[in-house]
Amino acid sequence: MNAIEMLWDNLGVFAEGLQNTLILFCVSSVFAFILACCIAFLLEGQENIPRRLLRAVIDLMRMLPFLIFLYLLYYGLPNLGISLDVWAAGFIALITYHGAYFAEILRAARTSLPAGQAEAAYAHGFINATMYWRILLPQMVMRSGPLFGNQLVCLLKDTAFLSIITLMDLTAAASAVQAKYFVPLPPFILVIALYWSITLIVEALLRRLARRAQKRGLVHE
Amino acid sequence: MNKSAPVVEIRDLHKHFAGVQVLRGINLKVERGQTVSVLGSSGSGKSTMLRCINWLEVPDGGEIYIGGDRMGIKGEQAKAMSNRELAAMRARTAMVFQGFNLWPHLTVLQNVTEAPIHVLGVSRKEANDHAVELLEKVGLSHKHDAYPWSLSGGQRQRVAIARALAMNPEVILFDEPTSALDPELVGEVLAVMRSLAEDGFTMVIVTHEMEFARAVSNEVVFIEKGQIIERAAPEKFFTNSDSERVRQFLGRYRTTTA
Repeated sequence: MNAIEMLWDNLGVFAEGLQNTLILFCVSSVFAFILACCIAFLLEGQENIPRRLLRAVIDLMRMLPFLIFLYLLYYGLPNLGISLDVWAAGFIALITYHGAYFAEILRAARTSLPAGQAEAAYAHGFINATMYWRILLPQMVMRSGPLFGNQLVCLLKDTAFLSIITLMDLTAAASAVQAKYFVPLPPFILVIALYWSITLIVEALLRRLARRAQKRGLVHE
Repeated sequence: MNKSAPVVEIRDLHKHFAGVQVLRGINLKVERGQTVSVLGSSGSGKSTMLRCINWLEVPDGGEIYIGGDRMGIKGEQAKAMSNRELAAMRARTAMVFQGFNLWPHLTVLQNVTEAPIHVLGVSRKEANDHAVELLEKVGLSHKHDAYPWSLSGGQRQRVAIARALAMNPEVILFDEPTSALDPELVGEVLAVMRSLAEDGFTMVIVTHEMEFARAVSNEVVFIEKGQIIERAAPEKFFTNSDSERVRQFLGRYRTTTA
């Protein structure tokens, strides 16, 4: 049996894996981004104890290896009486972990915004929330395009860890097929190609964001 | 809002930064329709005074009134206003900055409609119509869809003036509006400001443009070390000031531009 045949016969397994990886990736990306926007909003304003705490949580999250965080959620929480299924654990882990990283990217973009941007908004009667969502955040996002791209690729790769807690993602599909035939190379090469295709799509989407930013003079090639 | 109250009233304003006393008891009234120019050397406190009027700088002492209503402080216990209350007070004023501070992610038209729509709650259609009118007034009808980075400094500042006018403010505060401009572009901005003065807008202008201040102001105020040391009609101020310091300041200015 040649490699092509082997992959062809297991197309259903790969299709399921790809589908699950895409669901994990897309849903987690969107919610991690929304979470990060909310975190960056909460960090706006004078330094106080809640803000310092929030910053500490973000820093803690960023120093934690993703796999250990996932283990904590999936194997650790049941000890506290909270049982999550693999999907719930996977989504929570990906969204909060990468949300923290996205938030850090936004925070850096915030500090590089000229003070005059907020001052002009205040001088024209904006309240804090409207100013953040309409004046500051769009600029922060447009300036952060390349960093977002990088982080999204990391998020995509971290979805592979979910195969360890038995979620049937693309990596789990490859493992299952290679375990069946004891031929590791073809299935792994196939999934590498698929991961790569997803990152190419992500980069194409981010190029559109970059074009918007360039049109406004916010970034330069 | 009280129609007979001064548009801006400053009472005994004090402000310090990191131990340095910048303002030491400023008193000033600006009546409706007046153009008041604020002169003084760099570091005299004139910009700080302007930024205290709309609470971009929070004063350490003294009171600010806009149309008779206290800015920044409310009630018998003199508590600080909430974010929302402060924003509502600020929306009655508008400011034009030295560095323009246009919002780069928005087009010229959107820069002008943004605050009316999202602060004043004006409908998009109405805000657009008003913005089109204002951009025509400042001579930028052909730039509606341009982004700020593509404009010259003079054009940017004229957009900023249109953005300020779109709030229908009781007073417009100008913070050295031409100081960041190439000399060749100063004229177009001053021409717009002059037409506003003629239209009867109330303006407080911190500036180094002496000729402009002389031609356009109803009153000239001179600040030195955080205090107003001279207030006069422009003719008197520039030709026959009672203040030795003002005469010295003007003399230095004449020798550098002659």
